[in-house]
Amino acid sequence: MELVEPKKLQTALDAFAGKDVYLHLETTNGAYASHFNEGFFNAGAFIRNVLINFELGKIVGDSPHRVGLKLPYGWVYAQGITHYELDDHGRLLLAGHDASGKLAVALELSETPFAY
Amino acid sequence: MTIEAERHVLVVFPHPDDEAFGVSGTISSYIEQGTPVTYACLTLGEMGRNLGNPPFATRESLPDIRKQELLASAEAMGLEDLRMMGLRDKTLEFEDDEKMVQLITELIDETNPSLIITFYPNYAVHPDHEATARAVIRAVRRMKDRPKLHCVAFANDTLSGLGKPDIVRDISPVRERKMNSMKAHISQTAWMLEEMEHKLAQGDTETESWLVNERFYTYRWDEDFEESF
Repeated sequence: MELVEPKKLQTALDAFAGKDVYLHLETTNGAYASHFNEGFFNAGAFIRNVLINFELGKIVGDSPHRVGLKLPYGWVYAQGITHYELDDHGRLLLAGHDASGKLAVALELSETPFAY
Repeated sequence: MTIEAERHVLVVFPHPDDEAFGVSGTISSYIEQGTPVTYACLTLGEMGRNLGNPPFATRESLPDIRKQELLASAEAMGLEDLRMMGLRDKTLEFEDDEKMVQLITELIDETNPSLIITFYPNYAVHPDHEATARAVIRAVRRMKDRPKLHCVAFANDTLSGLGKPDIVRDISPVRERKMNSMKAHISQTAWMLEEMEHKLAQGDTETESWLVNERFYTYRWDEDFEESF
């Protein structure tokens, strides 16, 4: 993965607009967050292989960036994006890593389903 | 503590690397004395958070990396019977509970273990650990001739809830194998290993003791974690 360059990422997002694409979206603090810090309120969300079709995708802000997808009847967005990669399978993988390299958020798009 | 002879040892954990820190010395010890060991690893740790900065992996490439690390850990331990069970990281508690029990029952029926090693229910911290522990205990509870159950517990309230572990096994003779098992999972263990090796180099006896002593609780059927299932 490389650090997000907004213009390049915007071009990559545009290429997925108006197509049926599979979505992976997750936010996480890790399962151990409240083990190491007992008062920590550990929340997260995970979506994988849900088919969407967005009309507009947009990257905003300085790093860590925000990325939003406008759907005909709704929205998808992720906050905290730092890295991205257009992988060998033509999938757009966005990730937000904290200072220690741990994944905090991921937003991925693919024209074929992601592996189970 | 000398290691007892067993017919077959079945180890069940959900993530590649769950075996490394607390159990790989015990696994190697059994193998070195000729006891067959089966390690069933339920997922490939697909949801691991440590992807590095700069990242060495993506959410999508991580499972392949962790699979290779698991194979390398098995080799380090001398383990020949490694089962990758194909479930998905961070989903085990949402699977059908009866399906989970059946998966474990089939492993037990096939390997006929005299000892099973897994996590201790309610003292295993991670939801996947807990789901694995529940499935193993439930499967064994239904058996007429129950194998021994040695459980790993590391929740913050373990000492107040369970007291001290009744099994503390000195694995010094296979220390190198254990180190290599931990190193095999380098994508997940790099930080921890760096800190540990630093302490060991300074002659920290607490760290050395933590490394060469593996701790287990015999499962307490008289304080079963649930009435029945």
